[in-house]
Amino acid sequence: MLFNFGNILVFVLVGVGFIAVSLLLSRLLQPRFPTAEKEALYECGELPTDSAWINYNLRYYLVAVIFIIFDVEIAFIYPVATVFKEWITKDGGAHAWLVFGEVALFVGILFLGLVYVLVKGDLNWFKKVTIREGGHRITPEEATAISSHSQGAQN
Amino acid sequence: MENFAIHIHESYLYGLPLSVVNLIVMFGAAFVVLLGFVAPFAGLLSFIERRIAARIQCRIGPNRVGPQGLLQFLADGVKSLFKEDLIPKVADKPLFIIAPYLVFLGMFTSFVVLPFSSQWIVADLNVGILYLFATAAITVVGLVMAGWGSGSKWSMLGGMRSAAQIISYEIPTGLAALTAILLAGSLSLQEIIAAQGPHPWQWYFFDNPFTFIAFFILFVALVAEGNRAPFDLPEAETELVSGYNTEYSGMRFLFFFFAEWAHLYVLGAILTTLFLGGWQVPESLLASVGAESIAARILELVFFQLKIYVLVFLVVQLRWTVPRVRMDQMMDMCWKYLVPIGFFCVAGVAIWMMLFPDGVSFVKYLLIAFSSAMVLYYFYKVYRNFKDSRAELELNPFV
Repeated sequence: MLFNFGNILVFVLVGVGFIAVSLLLSRLLQPRFPTAEKEALYECGELPTDSAWINYNLRYYLVAVIFIIFDVEIAFIYPVATVFKEWITKDGGAHAWLVFGEVALFVGILFLGLVYVLVKGDLNWFKKVTIREGGHRITPEEATAISSHSQGAQN
Repeated sequence: MENFAIHIHESYLYGLPLSVVNLIVMFGAAFVVLLGFVAPFAGLLSFIERRIAARIQCRIGPNRVGPQGLLQFLADGVKSLFKEDLIPKVADKPLFIIAPYLVFLGMFTSFVVLPFSSQWIVADLNVGILYLFATAAITVVGLVMAGWGSGSKWSMLGGMRSAAQIISYEIPTGLAALTAILLAGSLSLQEIIAAQGPHPWQWYFFDNPFTFIAFFILFVALVAEGNRAPFDLPEAETELVSGYNTEYSGMRFLFFFFAEWAHLYVLGAILTTLFLGGWQVPESLLASVGAESIAARILELVFFQLKIYVLVFLVVQLRWTVPRVRMDQMMDMCWKYLVPIGFFCVAGVAIWMMLFPDGVSFVKYLLIAFSSAMVLYYFYKVYRNFKDSRAELELNPFV
């Protein structure tokens, strides 16, 4: 077992060494004339404005949260899946049905969660526009009307 | 590998302590895999992919360096070596520098558990499949680091997209792999292959309708995890310039693509191991060369490689055939289709196993017949496309 997992460490060392040596070789061979233009960011030829480190869309965070729930759930199913085959041959399969029922209950609860999230629309990349304005919930049609009106005002 | 180290110790290096011999064998294996396997595969695949792309788009492709452009990848490598390595002034330097290491390691450490033949495997871990998913997760960290650390808006968008995409598609991957694990009753890759057989009706692909669907879920999910088109949103060149690697140049840039191409091999190996019988060779063929000989091991290696190359070719062809999906379509596909279907498949396989512990031959043959018809239709369509585009001239490789 130690030998097997030791191999992973050796692979990590060799991988890191491979990149480090290549970069060192490149460092020795390459020209180095850094200028302000070269060190600037690429923004399609324009001068870069502002920082890229901004408050990012919350949707990505939601995806991450849902991912964690389901990843842990699947990690819990793996041990059961590994021994499931043995249970089928034991006691003419009665055990297997019991185990399957238990896992199905566990997965079912979380699957209901997925259905809830889907119905709630949290996984829709484009959510419907529902801007609250003085307690009044704006319908998508109204929102479109407002935005087209403000565009007209600008023009 | 462990037995091999003991054998080396007893036969050749008996003067040295066993632990030192073990280390020598480990490093030897890592170098053989890296320089004899990963590097040539990634390099040649970059050339082959460019040639396939050229043929599909009625171009010629690289054909100047070496015979038929075969050495193009070496020329590219040397070119990158001489390129000035630029780091943007506003970049977060530590993250920027560490990112290529992580992306490369995520790909390279997967090779520890890939079973090349019944004896040739670096380490047959008892948690093989879980380990493969864990290494895939390292890549995500690297990509997000590259995106965030560059300090560029394009990189930032690409990095965030890759994070959302890869972690989302890890769920269908895990679910689809579960079907094979249920059938094999083990997480070790060698044991999963040993539980299948050399003939198509012994593969898990054709075992029952649910594994048949699970194979396609795994295929799509792995293509998405490898950031390949049609799911290459993190580096979508028409929207994000080059995504997370916009600010990279020279060797650092090369390593991202090195990892991406070598990842295709891992993709093929996972699919082959779980569903297509891995290195299994028909026994009559194995007996004709001697079941314990080196030739038998090479034969197994060839079978394993052939299956992988077919899958890799499909992925490459997919990239140049199908247009890129939109971000919302990609997330919808994962969470609204692949994940529910994946759960359905896992439950289906479990019930199927309890109802028919010995499998149903009729269903297997039906699935094989269906797939054969699909493969024939695929060849017919490709033939028709060639004929309609009048590509006879373009097909000549010696232009």
